[in-house]
Amino acid sequence: MTVTALLFASYADVLGREAVEMTLPAGATAADALTWLRALPGGDALPPAPLLAVNLEYARVGTVLHSGDELAVIPPVAGG
Amino acid sequence: MRAAIVRGAIDVAALLAEVASASHGATVLFVGTVRDVNDDRAVTGIDYTAYVPMAEREMQRILREAAERFDTDAAVIEHRIGHLELGDASVAIAVAHARRAQAYAASRYVLEALKQRVPIWKREAYADGTREWVTQQGAMIAHQD
Repeated sequence: MTVTALLFASYADVLGREAVEMTLPAGATAADALTWLRALPGGDALPPAPLLAVNLEYARVGTVLHSGDELAVIPPVAGG
Repeated sequence: MRAAIVRGAIDVAALLAEVASASHGATVLFVGTVRDVNDDRAVTGIDYTAYVPMAEREMQRILREAAERFDTDAAVIEHRIGHLELGDASVAIAVAHARRAQAYAASRYVLEALKQRVPIWKREAYADGTREWVTQQGAMIAHQD
């Protein structure tokens, strides 16, 4: 299945991109997607347990992903 | 109630007009602006970015929470993204209520919740030519699981 990962701010900087299409096995979780992302060049700079959102909602690492989902890896926020 | 990420200057007078009603005895306007110093470093400007659809959804949720807690649905928030110069407004919150105590409390609640969990980021530019993504106190870092 295909899941789109979105990267922002410092995380987009370390991976050199703001979005990446991931091909993951059925039943993969957000944790599996993180492992996939951390294997990319620069990915080891991502923290082991960053904030995550799936389809615009904050999600936990155990969240099961589905084809077409949008997984955002969210750096510490700094609005205001 | 309205929450929006905007790319141009925030019109604070328009926000005040948006929450105005004869039934309100108090209107609180909070405006956050770009400051010239942070952690003892001279700041020359800030670039804001956001996960726009999620940021708007989360801000809307915060307004609903404030409406429930403080019994007012006259609230509006705009957060600007892009490059901001010193003194530019990055965020503005207008809240109106029959009574001032609830208006002050709701305004504070909305701002603190925004700073804690709305997916917006800022990169400060410093007088020495460097730039850095900022992590602020109180922001969510990770889920506790």
